[in-house]
Amino acid sequence: MPMSYYLILSAAMFAIGVLGVILRRNPLVVFMSLELMFNAANLVFVAFSAYHQILDGDLFVFFVMTTAAAEVAVGLALMVAIFRAKRTIDLDEMSMLKG
Amino acid sequence: MNLSDFILTLPIITLLVWALLLLVVDLWVPKGRKGIVAALAALGLAVTMGVTLSQSGGSGLAFQNMIIVDGFAVYLNVLYLVSGLVVVALSHDYLKRMNLERGEFYPLMFFSIAGMMLVTQAYNLIMVFLALEFLSIPLYVLAGLARERPESEESSLKYFLLGTFSSAFVLYGIALIFGATATTSLALIIERVGQGALNLPLFIAGAALMLVGFAFKLAAVPFHEWAPDVYQGAPTPVSSFMAVAVKAAGVAVLLRVFLTAFPSLAAEMAPLGWGIAALTMLIGNLLAIAQTNLKRLLAYSSISHGGYLLMAFVAYGNPQVAGQAVAAMLFYLLAYTLTTFGAWAVVISVEQNDYQGLELDDYAGLGLKYPWLGVAMLVFMLSLTGIPLTMGFWGKLFLFRATVDAGYVELALIGLLSSLISAYYYLRVVVMMFMRSGEPRIRRDGWLSLVAVGSALAVVGLSLLPNQILQMAAQAILSLQ
Amino acid sequence: MFEDYLPLLVILALAVLIGFIVVLLGVLFGPRRPTPRKMAPYESGMVPYGPGRRRMSVRYYLIAVLFILFDIEVVFVVSWAVVLRKLGTLGLLGMLVFLVVLEVAHLYAWKKGALEWD
Repeated sequence: MPMSYYLILSAAMFAIGVLGVILRRNPLVVFMSLELMFNAANLVFVAFSAYHQILDGDLFVFFVMTTAAAEVAVGLALMVAIFRAKRTIDLDEMSMLKG
Repeated sequence: MNLSDFILTLPIITLLVWALLLLVVDLWVPKGRKGIVAALAALGLAVTMGVTLSQSGGSGLAFQNMIIVDGFAVYLNVLYLVSGLVVVALSHDYLKRMNLERGEFYPLMFFSIAGMMLVTQAYNLIMVFLALEFLSIPLYVLAGLARERPESEESSLKYFLLGTFSSAFVLYGIALIFGATATTSLALIIERVGQGALNLPLFIAGAALMLVGFAFKLAAVPFHEWAPDVYQGAPTPVSSFMAVAVKAAGVAVLLRVFLTAFPSLAAEMAPLGWGIAALTMLIGNLLAIAQTNLKRLLAYSSISHGGYLLMAFVAYGNPQVAGQAVAAMLFYLLAYTLTTFGAWAVVISVEQNDYQGLELDDYAGLGLKYPWLGVAMLVFMLSLTGIPLTMGFWGKLFLFRATVDAGYVELALIGLLSSLISAYYYLRVVVMMFMRSGEPRIRRDGWLSLVAVGSALAVVGLSLLPNQILQMAAQAILSLQ
Repeated sequence: MFEDYLPLLVILALAVLIGFIVVLLGVLFGPRRPTPRKMAPYESGMVPYGPGRRRMSVRYYLIAVLFILFDIEVVFVVSWAVVLRKLGTLGLLGMLVFLVVLEVAHLYAWKKGALEWD
């Protein structure tokens, strides 16, 4: 399959992720969109790794997965803490910090 | 892997081992005696600083060209460690009176500092990404440290979502650059560019995405929205840490990556940098005028100072002036660090236990009732504006000079204009302190006063030998090009 | 390139078709005598109880978060184990350092009471 297919797919994933982050109001969905952006990058790494016949990209994906897991841990913990305090995690409800 | 790898990375290793020990030790330190942990944290930072200083003058690559040690890195590492020490001094009393004494605080700060050191020394895009995450993730937690305050949680979530958003941009940029050049090593990228063995559109797109990601981390306009909210909601010492050290790390990694790997893209990237720098300076200062909350005011102030720092980036592709610009940037960073920490120390002094005392009105009469604190704040405000006899003046002078030498006269003029705008809101604080009467209340703490008075003395004292310090900064970056 | 995937596509189509036909046959020819028990959701033989959308205990998330963190390490341990012999002593020591760091985190979570359900 030509390289451009992978690139177009990953660009689409990245764009959907960006739109999701900007438009969605539920932090969990925003969070999923962020993961989509990370995985768009992972796809590029894996595709080019195969294309260039080197392993660097595949290795990179391991590290990205690990950092993504660390982020999931922090993010979920935060959302649980906020939900416990406010009974909602809607981003529109978060307007205490304004000038 | 051999011994020299470990010797070159000894500062980071020391800091990380210390952080892990601190994490474990804290579990057995009873509540009410957490001063021990703070003292141990300060000791760890001091030891790491000693190890770092022993590296000055040397340079080398470690772990298969993953990590570089050079003067640029040593200079900035010392800056991060000093920031860490100042934050320990600022937060010891603050954490106690706000009932935030959690054992995680100091280890998390250590992890973040280690991430900053790594990101400054990264010589491979894999390291750049990992270090960036390593410095950010602890900060998300630190911002939400005050769990029972919804504002703190909210600031943490905001910082988390936007920080991760920016990391994704950096990561996607790295992926495209890997695709374009088949490598992630900064040295090999420049080699491939020299041979012309790369896919140019992908390469440019990757570099641009990385620039956007770094601009987010730096809170540069138009990616600045999060900063005031986060700084306002986070515990104040954490805000000061973010305003200084994170900004320094952001500029450091931007310059490291672009100077080393992408000088060939200067024609495409410099205009982008020009626009971001100009917008950041102007909009940061204009928005600061409307602020009445001191934490938000300092947040916007730090955004605009990020714009000044970015002036050094605009000149990066021109080898004749790049060195001068980076040296000026390092000088500016030192001035900014001393001044900003001083100003935050005053803010922490005035902040009350119920998180009140952050409004401008609370500063009325401060200079009359507590002259030493008022004079210190006066010095910081003058330095942030860039008035002579302060470090801030020389920092702006050197940066503007480098920018003019690089041929960006308009940008220097915009910088000058925005400094004039900033004078309005900085001096408003001064007027409030000395010309209004009021009954300000402050928190007396030896360490806070030490930071405030010490930085004020340094801001004035060091401004007497600007050329020597600039020389030192220029020495530090000799190996960067 | 695409021809290689043709058998896969055929199998996929067949699977969907057969599944559909079997269900259709059951609907067309089978007897239909519904009882409340038959209409209940199938939960692998357990008697279903409580509404389907129950609130999870917050502790569940804490355990889940810890699980993710300690689970992802396998990515490195497995790839390390595959080439362990080639890495020699240095590789062994490296993994030891990795595990010690992980153990500090474990110790911390344990001592903080994060692993206790009540």
